[in-house]
Amino acid sequence: MDLKLRVWRQKNRDAEGRLVEYDAKDIDPEMSFLEMLDVINERLVAAGDDPIAFDHDCREGICGACSATINGIPHGPQRATTVCQLHMRHFKDGDVLTIEPFRAKAFPVVRDLVVDRSAFDRIIEAGGFVSVRTGSAPEANTLPVPKQDADWAMDAASCIGCGACVAACKNASAMLFVAAKAGHLNTLPQGKPEKDRRVLSMVAAMDEAGFGNCTNQYECSAVCPKSISEDFIAQLNRDYLKASLKKCLMG
Amino acid sequence: MKLDSKIPSGPLAEKWTRYRSEIKLVNPANKRKYEIIVVGSGLAGAAAAASMGEMGYNVKCFCYQDSPRRAHSIAAQGGINAAKNYQNDGDSIHRLFYDTIKGGDFRAREANVHRLAEVSAEIIDQCAAQGVPFAREYGGHLANRSFGGAQVSRTFYARGQTGQQLLLGAYSALCRQIAAGTVKMYPRTEMLDLVLVDGHAKGIVVRDMVTGEISCHAADAVALGTGGYANVYDLSTNARGCNVTAAYRAYKRGALFANPCYTQIHPTCIPVSGDYQSKLTLMSESLRNDGRVWVPKKKGDTRKPHEIPEDERDYYLERKYPSYGNLAPRDISSRSAKEVCDEGRGVGPGGQGVYLDFSDSIERLGLAVIQERYGNLFEMYERITGEDAYKVPMRIYPALHYTMGGLWVDYNLMSNIPGLHVIGEANFSDHGANRLGASALMQGLADGYFVLPYTIGAYLADVRGKRPSVDQKEFQDVKKEVEEQTNRLVSIQGDRTVQSFHKELGKLMWDKAGMARNKKGLEEAIAKIPEIREEFWKNVRVPGSGEELNQELEKAGRLADFLEFGELLCRDALDRQESCGGHFREEHQTEDGEALRDDENYSYVSCWEHRGDNEKPALHKEPLVYEEVKMATRSYK
Repeated sequence: MDLKLRVWRQKNRDAEGRLVEYDAKDIDPEMSFLEMLDVINERLVAAGDDPIAFDHDCREGICGACSATINGIPHGPQRATTVCQLHMRHFKDGDVLTIEPFRAKAFPVVRDLVVDRSAFDRIIEAGGFVSVRTGSAPEANTLPVPKQDADWAMDAASCIGCGACVAACKNASAMLFVAAKAGHLNTLPQGKPEKDRRVLSMVAAMDEAGFGNCTNQYECSAVCPKSISEDFIAQLNRDYLKASLKKCLMG
Repeated sequence: MKLDSKIPSGPLAEKWTRYRSEIKLVNPANKRKYEIIVVGSGLAGAAAAASMGEMGYNVKCFCYQDSPRRAHSIAAQGGINAAKNYQNDGDSIHRLFYDTIKGGDFRAREANVHRLAEVSAEIIDQCAAQGVPFAREYGGHLANRSFGGAQVSRTFYARGQTGQQLLLGAYSALCRQIAAGTVKMYPRTEMLDLVLVDGHAKGIVVRDMVTGEISCHAADAVALGTGGYANVYDLSTNARGCNVTAAYRAYKRGALFANPCYTQIHPTCIPVSGDYQSKLTLMSESLRNDGRVWVPKKKGDTRKPHEIPEDERDYYLERKYPSYGNLAPRDISSRSAKEVCDEGRGVGPGGQGVYLDFSDSIERLGLAVIQERYGNLFEMYERITGEDAYKVPMRIYPALHYTMGGLWVDYNLMSNIPGLHVIGEANFSDHGANRLGASALMQGLADGYFVLPYTIGAYLADVRGKRPSVDQKEFQDVKKEVEEQTNRLVSIQGDRTVQSFHKELGKLMWDKAGMARNKKGLEEAIAKIPEIREEFWKNVRVPGSGEELNQELEKAGRLADFLEFGELLCRDALDRQESCGGHFREEHQTEDGEALRDDENYSYVSCWEHRGDNEKPALHKEPLVYEEVKMATRSYK
């Protein structure tokens, strides 16, 4: 099939960017979206142009590297699917696809579709861990975890840190990302001792990185390739409120 | 060359415990004076960097991804083995040790494997304490599943995302140390060479992948956790960015490369759909429990599967291996699939696929049972192929998956270059000629959390002299070489894209050094690879410059190393005139197609030494001495 692409091209962080049109002819519907971009890039290189830079790695929907907004939807039209797992059979001949980077103040464009998501790492550094020394752990079965808690924690922990939630949010809030990590650790007994400190410092790091506020529209959850539930946002709000009150009352 | 594996004396089961309490310690006040470079942030790299940072060393950690959380360990699905014996099924350290040695077809080092089995239980404790959401029983205790090559149930898992959860655990430990200031992280930074000072590994040269700046980093010791080399085949289940460059550059600086021909092929991957294919996706082998593998009896049969009557189908695994049937071991079922496709009976586009048919099981057990067992896999298959495997048979084909070979290391995980340590898939040590399922995660974390942080002390405590400055000639010379190669790549401006060369190399490797190898094919590959290499250096086209984010340049640099490494792999495969584990030489098989090992002549580790560009490498042998285990024919009949 033949498509028309409108792709965001931006040489580097400081350069002006713009949408450039490309003809994508003879696209096989069995290709993945990124394979389609590979093919376009091979053609661009052969023609002496710069290929479109985009992040990708595992190409099986788990590493979280790939990130592109297609016709306004982060990761494209198929639900619960990263852009690397999206296949061209979901488009039809003659479609016009506008392909942009994940847009957020906290995710500056590095080049073309590549953005800098290191703000996510800084949020995890602020408290997205359990402080346990290597080699100091007790025997694993000495601390039973109710199955439903383990399952709930796993639902949250399946976040791949791609940033689609931020790109989908009109406020570019990172609430779902923060809520997923906090929800994962705060639910488990291993994470309880640091629960209050964790939510306060992770939320502070989120604010500091320039992410916006959550207004509970849940676009984030709708585009999340791992379908992480907005319920974790509620859990984070609850945990945050408790931690703030404790801090106020007890100093 | 004298290869000293430095295996401690004493009974096998006590070696590690004794040795660990005898390793020289580095005084806590001195630890902060040492700098350690860790390259790679997968299970091994992240765990090592976090643990050593926590111990008080100054660590610098490098990864090519935009975040350390994305290393390819994340893609492991199945699980992680540990000798916990939680199922009370008779598991023990000794059993895990023996299963791993046997699974590796008696080509691994006994003492290393025993240590791996010993620390396996600690890994589970550590990860559970970090909050890794392992699967649990209703009583709240950890659940297990069984995996290939073992008769006990010792695999811990987190849904189908065990690698992801373990990596995120190691990443969180790493982040904690980054925040504490003991680890400095360099994402989007690729190691392009190793620097030796007076014969010791003292630093690396890296490229900032955003600005293109090439810089030097000095340290007291270097650890590579840079993964395997399956992408020498172009198409594999590895992430697109996985590469051999760090390990290969170390090889070119004098590190020995061990057993490069030991590669593992996974039988149940989704087949190639067209020549644009960029990677292959693995699906859990458990599918073979309820699926029947078949191809049409007739060559070039283009009928749809349901149009082919029962008596015109060849259930070749059931026919050839009546006792194991569709559950024949990985290597055998992979080779059988290749055989029928080579005969022209393969199915799907390009004829490189076989059917995995669930219709009998659905009829016997009902749709609901199959959905419950494999629902997520069927969904993944549907997403990629657009086909509903409940209605039409799946198509599968084997793909490169893991590489057991790697840089040679001694018991301390140090290569023959003093100061250069190698961990995880990047080293050769624990899996012999074949890795068992759920053992890669175990080894990565064992090396990273529980071995290297101790054994690196054996080197550091003896290091005399100060850490060199990056202004020294040794650093500046290597940096210049790296800059020259970068400039050379962007100045060729030929007619062919990097990917076209990678595809050409990959196809050659797959055809001649893939699932089954023979003398003639390997010799052809050894003759052909230098031709591709020459053409590459004359005719590749890398657009743009070195001073910007340039993904074509990154790919070109990695491919340049694969184009040399592929030849080394073929040389090793040619030298090893036996079949063992993942290395199958057609000349060496039993009548029913089983691998035929030659313990008398080949029970050694092949260690290759670089002798110069376009020179034949030298082979050194580390004999495998078995104190505890008797070598036996690997049989799963």
